[in-house]
Amino acid sequence: MALIDDLGKALDSSPGGSVILTSVDAIMDWSRGKSLWTMPMGTACCAMELIAASFSKFDFDRHGTIPRADPRHTDVMVVAGTITYKMAPAVQRLYDQMPDPKWVIAMGNCAVSGGIFYYDTYSVVRGVDEFLPVDVYIAGCPPRPEALQDAIFQLRKKVDSESVAPGRVRDVEYVLPLPGDPRAGDRIQALRDGGGRK
Amino acid sequence: MTEELVVNIGPSHPSTHGVCRMVTTLDGEIVRHVEVVIGHLHRGIEKMAENRTYLQVVPLTDRLDYVGSMYANWAYCRAVERLAGIRVPERAEYLRVIVCELQRIASHMMSVGPAGADVGATTAFMYTFAQREQVVDLFEQLCGARLTYNYVRPGGVSMDVPEGWVDNVRAFCRSHPSAMAEVDRFLFGNVIARQRMKGIGVLAPEDAVAWGASGPVARGSGVSWDLRRDDSYSVYPRLDFDIPLGSNGDCYDRARVRLWEAIESCRIIEQALDQIEPGPVMAEAVPRLITPRPGEAYDHIEGARGSLGVYLVSDGTPRPYRMKVRSPAFCNLALVPMLAEGHTLSDLVVILGSLDPVFGEVDR
Amino acid sequence: MNINELREHLCSEYPDLCPLFSVEFGDGSLTVAAERLYSAASDMRDLGFDRLGMVTAVDRGETFELVYRVTSREMRAGIFLKAEVPREDPHIKSLCDLWPAANWHEREVYDMFGIVFDGHPDLRRILLTDDWVGYPLRKDYEDERMIRRPDYI
Ligand code: SF4
Repeated sequence: MALIDDLGKALDSSPGGSVILTSVDAIMDWSRGKSLWTMPMGTACCAMELIAASFSKFDFDRHGTIPRADPRHTDVMVVAGTITYKMAPAVQRLYDQMPDPKWVIAMGNCAVSGGIFYYDTYSVVRGVDEFLPVDVYIAGCPPRPEALQDAIFQLRKKVDSESVAPGRVRDVEYVLPLPGDPRAGDRIQALRDGGGRK
Repeated sequence: MTEELVVNIGPSHPSTHGVCRMVTTLDGEIVRHVEVVIGHLHRGIEKMAENRTYLQVVPLTDRLDYVGSMYANWAYCRAVERLAGIRVPERAEYLRVIVCELQRIASHMMSVGPAGADVGATTAFMYTFAQREQVVDLFEQLCGARLTYNYVRPGGVSMDVPEGWVDNVRAFCRSHPSAMAEVDRFLFGNVIARQRMKGIGVLAPEDAVAWGASGPVARGSGVSWDLRRDDSYSVYPRLDFDIPLGSNGDCYDRARVRLWEAIESCRIIEQALDQIEPGPVMAEAVPRLITPRPGEAYDHIEGARGSLGVYLVSDGTPRPYRMKVRSPAFCNLALVPMLAEGHTLSDLVVILGSLDPVFGEVDR
Repeated sequence: MNINELREHLCSEYPDLCPLFSVEFGDGSLTVAAERLYSAASDMRDLGFDRLGMVTAVDRGETFELVYRVTSREMRAGIFLKAEVPREDPHIKSLCDLWPAANWHEREVYDMFGIVFDGHPDLRRILLTDDWVGYPLRKDYEDERMIRRPDYI
């Protein structure tokens, strides 16, 4: 993980200094990952949970994921809801209007695979990944707002592994499992037991 | 007269309240003509229902009106019960009334708040959304889901209330009217909001009837028509409630009628909680595979957006031969071209918001 | 007004429509020939049924059955109007000039069943895209994008 995440501590222990040396990749990924502005592409029921996520009870703005309605201001498209064949060209067009680098989160079973509308229907696209490159999938019908929060953290990991040099992937390891990551339970236990990464 | 300009709004636009496309013809800033293009969320639920058993259709009805899922559940279950001759126990009827009135509050909060946000008063949305979250929490305690409940089933409801739930509902009903009074004061008393909403999109009562408008849209124009009273169903005859009516039929009245209905719903819930008695919540011996005799049945209830009806045709097999949902939002949305003509482009957004369309239900 | 009073009221005002009235699951319905639908509907409007609730159709094999629901605020009642049109080249007169509400409903029926409403001001597809082929709610609709659900029941 980049030193920059622990900036306060580092400055504290370097007497009189306020110059930090870090790599371009690290500073770039850090700033990108902490301000993932979202394009709320809410079409159906999941959009309600998407709205709930940015309101007072869950308040995702504190993670830097501010919803913007204009695709040209955003980094992440959150596709929340059923995509129909009539809607798909509009979604594709909005995605094309987003500036690079851009990511896509498929929120809800409909956006993942068609979900409950998989069988017997003639107008539903079976998953937004039929025409967009999806980075994070969230299952659920609808997923809870907390699941969207988790997806943002997962996406941050992915952002952290990117590099300015095309074709290069950064090898990033996390000192601490991210909060809300259920898959990292044993890691936390290891840390508690005094182990963990030295 | 300046040169006419065609502006396309949507299908993904923050102010269209969903996926609706409006092709507007403008003369300067004045709207001359609007063409509403719907169907961007047409999921073919009516076709899917033809290949599901009667019980398997219930989750599909949840996804129709996703702001007020309980209504579509209930309307569908009433049609099935009529078709199959199932009698619903009294406690279940009371529970249905309670959850549907709670749902009315939750749904109206999603309309009053955005009505403020459309005219620039975003604060109101924060307040109403906090109220909605409380209702959603109550539903979560009741059936475990925040949005798609699948709670009302043919024959009753899926489960009885958990411990302590009734007290939570009572506490909510006590606090809700004062929160609404506050929203009323700072949204509907605000001079800017009043100027933006008063006299905008006036719907005459005759037009409301001729266009088949229902719910708060019709009542905002002073058309006193509410199925809870006029075609009384379930246990509503035993409950005492008022039906708020508007007088001018403009955006202001429509939004305000919703606010008062949300307060009135608290009264209904409190009475229902007083009258409810212990008992079964599911009719006895409702088969898994409901197989009604051939025929057709229609039933309707007063949803948050108006009269929501379900028309079912059975051919004697375990699957519906045809299901049709009479969606109130569909009928109300047809009013947009008429209401918006002659207003400015910024008012078009307010008018659309005041009709409170939910596109899952409009497009089905 | 309950269903029997409604029947009496209807029979006293329009005796020729009386034999066409039937009751099923508590709802009254008036089944007329397709050519007479428009006149029956305007009679119903004169009788006090001032709202058109919905228009839909049912695929009955050889024919399509059109179902109109009209309700009355005054009488607090609603009835169905039904008419059958042939599957080949289905036509019926539009009710748009009786109730403007019919406009979108009839467009939807046209979209889903391909029934043509004569005299409709703007008969286009409403829910599906304009270039869609076929009418999805017909029972024989085929689409390679549609996956039939396996039969578990
Ligand atoms: S995943 Fe479920 S809740 Fe989300 S849009 Fe699809 S049906 Fe609605």
